Amino acid sequence: MKWRRKDLLGLRELSREEIEYILETAQPFKEISERPIKKVPTLRGKTVVNLFFEPSTRTRISFELAEKRLSADTINFTPGSSSVLKGETLLDTLRNIQAMQIDCVVMRHPSPGSCHFLAQRLDVPVINAGDGAHEHPTQALLDLFTIKEKKKRIEGLKVAIVGDIRFSRVARSNIWGLTKMGAKVRVISPPTLLPPCIEKMGVEVFYHLKEGLRNVDVIMALRIQRERQNESLIPSIREYRKLYGITREVLKVAKDDVIIMHPGPVNRGIELEPEVVDSSHSVILEQVTNGVAVRMAILYILMGGEVS
Amino acid sequence: MRKFIDQEELRDLWLKVCREVSREIPHSNIAIVGIRTRGAHLAARLRNFLKERTGIDVPFGILDITLYRDDLTAIAEQPVVRSTEIPFNVTGKRIVLVDDVIYTGRTVRAALDELIDFGRPSYIRLAVLIDRGGRELPIQPDFVGKFVELAPEEVVEVKLKEIDDEEGAYILKKK
Repeated sequence: MKWRRKDLLGLRELSREEIEYILETAQPFKEISERPIKKVPTLRGKTVVNLFFEPSTRTRISFELAEKRLSADTINFTPGSSSVLKGETLLDTLRNIQAMQIDCVVMRHPSPGSCHFLAQRLDVPVINAGDGAHEHPTQALLDLFTIKEKKKRIEGLKVAIVGDIRFSRVARSNIWGLTKMGAKVRVISPPTLLPPCIEKMGVEVFYHLKEGLRNVDVIMALRIQRERQNESLIPSIREYRKLYGITREVLKVAKDDVIIMHPGPVNRGIELEPEVVDSSHSVILEQVTNGVAVRMAILYILMGGEVS
Repeated sequence: MRKFIDQEELRDLWLKVCREVSREIPHSNIAIVGIRTRGAHLAARLRNFLKERTGIDVPFGILDITLYRDDLTAIAEQPVVRSTEIPFNVTGKRIVLVDDVIYTGRTVRAALDELIDFGRPSYIRLAVLIDRGGRELPIQPDFVGKFVELAPEEVVEVKLKEIDDEEGAYILKKK
């Protein structure tokens, strides 16, 4: 397949073929992180700017490791110490950074669509590392990679996404990706945490956890965003846990070999019972390991060869 | 397209290389590494030869040099990356690096860089089926099946039965 895109902005616009190409390319990159010298010279002399306008641990470290293991130079930019505070617009900031001959921008920003906006106006590749409640494509791709690695396929699998769907870019990107790859996706959530018209994305909706988890192959638990607690969308964290917390008990209705995923950070004891996080069903840490390989593949695809 | 090595000759040439490798490199601490794709298949044949001769299953690895290429941004279509498999510690090993054809020497340069990133071998020797001349780097093979001086517009294509329908080598004219 010939890759023709300059940027990676979301899974909505990717074809199944493009998704498969990224997943296949990621496979050999996994081995590099297991070498005694965890580095290849592929992106030597390229500079990647990581712009994180929102807090992040996993994604930021994962991107930086991926860049460094490909020998790219990395610049990390956080708004706290920058001229953004002096009133410069996002576009002006980025045009200035681009004027310093950088080769790629990785950006997380609270505004949905901000990465698309920039991608149209910059010459260098833009990688979306999360834009508001819109998309988080690299997370969904590493989730797809992990499912494929564990289950040997994606097509036909029953996948349940549980929790705060409404504000979750991870859920949105995964729904686009999973449905394109032929999985049967269901969302399980209180009605107040579902976006309107979610059925139009090709998913089945369940309000009861046990009903929704019946016979599923994959469970993706989402973080309950405690910072939104004052919006009164759920009566209390305790009630949420009682109705939607995934426990060993409720897992019995899923398939015996069900895998449990979570994009992190986990609220232990809320969306997942601690024993479930640490059980043999859990692939949460493998997701993190795979994240570096998938991001290396994306950086290689966008910067390693010529866009023809 | 002109066939210049047929099935029997290819077998004899590689057998000759296998014998020379076996004679000149001590079997203790030897390891074989092939460069994808056809170098890896020739390397596997060398491993089998040594196993039949000595009964020793020598450490065996495969290199995909894509990520070490020096022409990544110059080539129009992005090459597919495949996995490198070096399932042994290379430090202290006498490594026989195998490829089907040596031309500019740039592939071997990339392979050497990648191998050295895995550790410090005792030494590395290079075995190739065909040396077609035209080197752009000071890299020479230690074991050669056949030498043939070709013009820059000519291309050698090796066919091996492990992945192709036939066995032999052709000379093609570049379009």
